[in-house]
Amino acid sequence: MTMQDDIKSVSAEKKTEAASTARSVNERSAFQRILTLTVGPIIAAFLLSAIILMLVGVNPLTYYGYILERSLFSGLGLEQTATRMAPLLFLAAGLIVAFRAGIWNLGTDGQFLLGAVAAAATAPLLIGILPGWAVLLVGFLLAALVGALWSVIPALLKAYQGVNEIITTLMMSFLGVLLASTLVKLLFRDPATTVPQTRTLPVDDRLPRLFDTSISSGLIWGLIAVLAVHLMMTRTSFGLRLRMVGANPAAATHAGLSVPLLTMATFGLSAGLAGLAGASEILGVAGNVPANWNPAYGLMVIPLVFLARFNGFGAIVLVFFYSALMIGSESAARRLGVPQNFTLVLVASLLICLGLGEYIDQHKRKKER
Amino acid sequence: MSGLLTEAFLSSLLTGAIVAAIPMLLAGLGEQMSEKAGVLNIGIEGMMLMGAYMGFLVAFKTESLWLGFLGGILGGVLVAIVMAVLCVRLGLNQIVIGIGLTLGVEGLTALLHHFQFSRTYPRLPAPERLNIPGLTDLPVIGPSLFGRHLIVYLALVAVVVLAFLYRRTNLGMTLRAAGERPAALDVAGGNVLGVRVFAVMFTGAMAGLGGAYLANIGAGLFLPFMTGGAGFIGIVLAMLARGRPLWVLTGSLIFGAALSLATALQVAGSTIPTDVIQMLPFAAVMLVLVLFGRRAKLPAALGAAYERGAR
Repeated sequence: MTMQDDIKSVSAEKKTEAASTARSVNERSAFQRILTLTVGPIIAAFLLSAIILMLVGVNPLTYYGYILERSLFSGLGLEQTATRMAPLLFLAAGLIVAFRAGIWNLGTDGQFLLGAVAAAATAPLLIGILPGWAVLLVGFLLAALVGALWSVIPALLKAYQGVNEIITTLMMSFLGVLLASTLVKLLFRDPATTVPQTRTLPVDDRLPRLFDTSISSGLIWGLIAVLAVHLMMTRTSFGLRLRMVGANPAAATHAGLSVPLLTMATFGLSAGLAGLAGASEILGVAGNVPANWNPAYGLMVIPLVFLARFNGFGAIVLVFFYSALMIGSESAARRLGVPQNFTLVLVASLLICLGLGEYIDQHKRKKER
Repeated sequence: MSGLLTEAFLSSLLTGAIVAAIPMLLAGLGEQMSEKAGVLNIGIEGMMLMGAYMGFLVAFKTESLWLGFLGGILGGVLVAIVMAVLCVRLGLNQIVIGIGLTLGVEGLTALLHHFQFSRTYPRLPAPERLNIPGLTDLPVIGPSLFGRHLIVYLALVAVVVLAFLYRRTNLGMTLRAAGERPAALDVAGGNVLGVRVFAVMFTGAMAGLGGAYLANIGAGLFLPFMTGGAGFIGIVLAMLARGRPLWVLTGSLIFGAALSLATALQVAGSTIPTDVIQMLPFAAVMLVLVLFGRRAKLPAALGAAYERGAR
């Protein structure tokens, strides 16, 4: 309850803030801005995707209705949606840190998978040696460490050589995905199974479930991670420093900040959180890592974080929305014969429509000035 | 492992390297022009995939490989138009729109393929080859270097043409100005947005052609998600090449060789997991970046939208 109240009060603050600036700059109401910035684009994206669905001969109403029913209006579906949110939230937290600090960490998929492998390789071996909570803790810490380590080279290159991190993180991501697969096949393979995968963490030893549902408590940790990161970036001096580096590195240097060190810290935090995302998926839900496994959550969360304008609360809403879409379209795909990949079309049209909404908003404000 | 150094093995390795390198070469050359003009084109993966899909579809329906290539170019350009309108004209964030377009095309092509062919993956007939008399008969390098489809040679010609264009023509200068000092170009009477739109269109055409090559010649069929990061490698090649088309060629050949080595070793029954070998090209790029990273210079205005009069 208290957390919800916090969210409400903070978002109310934001709204009044936005409204007052809008009023001082021009006469347009906050309502109109929300319409052009969020509601309008979302409706437009759904309409656009509906046209594509109709073109391939699927009734969009049936499809959207089925997604809603399966992901939100059925108990099991809602639980699956909430469970799916956990790793996505950790990834969103990692990306918020990086993007706000002006670092384009596009390598979260590699960091995520190596974190997952680290957790999957150690946790099953520690059962019986350590108490249950300690097994999970070690798994999470190790995953964060491995994820962060995987970003050291891009971090050093960016901080001290000025090498563009878009290439280096992408390359390290490809490398990390392949390395994770190799590790599963060669080093951490479960000798008891024929398909190459790591040892499986028994269901009883995974993250506890919430209340009487099948929702993994990873959800709570994910929410905490996003909120902590959001508050850190907006309310602490450390966050302010990171944002200064992001906004203008030259000015930050001039202000006496150690830009290289802050860059290293950003990479470590961002990649560490991506590693935690991997651990939360393994220790909370999957239990093991199969060879060649790559859900590519990282690349998918990047646009969500952009859409949320690097805001933690916005990211939570969008991650919930996206998880519901994923879960719903997984069942719709089986039932209505629409490939699951249609979700990608929907997300892409959302991105484009939201971008256009922002453009229209800026344009209008400029005109009114 | 003793059978590795046979003529057949080396020949197939070389063939594989070239087949794998051409799509990346075309994509890299396209991306290079975008980057020169100041547009970081992350949507290139989507342009390639659309090119692969349209290229295959046209070639399959018309039974003409050349029309297929045209279809591929058209597919790439269609995606590039969206990119040009949103990122160049309206100045939206290039990374967001780029990733968005890539994801959207991945979903769209998979969807369309599903509704056209259901779960079947029809194949195209093997392409005819351009056989140069005499050269094609050489051992090892003959069939792999001189028995390729004409499009391979056209790609090589493109390297030379682009190198000339960048160094010796006004257009080359204008492109560079649009990427380094758009405001200066504007003052001098150049059309920054026009140049950038042109560059993005060219990128779309090249990436689409690369995708069509991948589908029609490399694989002979279309598979959803078949580009598998080739576009992203194109971005890396363009960044590493520092504006020189010849370096894009060198890089794509190294990548192609590493990818082909992975397949060849697998065929030869090696016990090294293919994942390890597939890591080679990416590891090579990282090594180059660690050694020469400081020198990888990008255009000053790369990634920033330009608006007339706003300086």
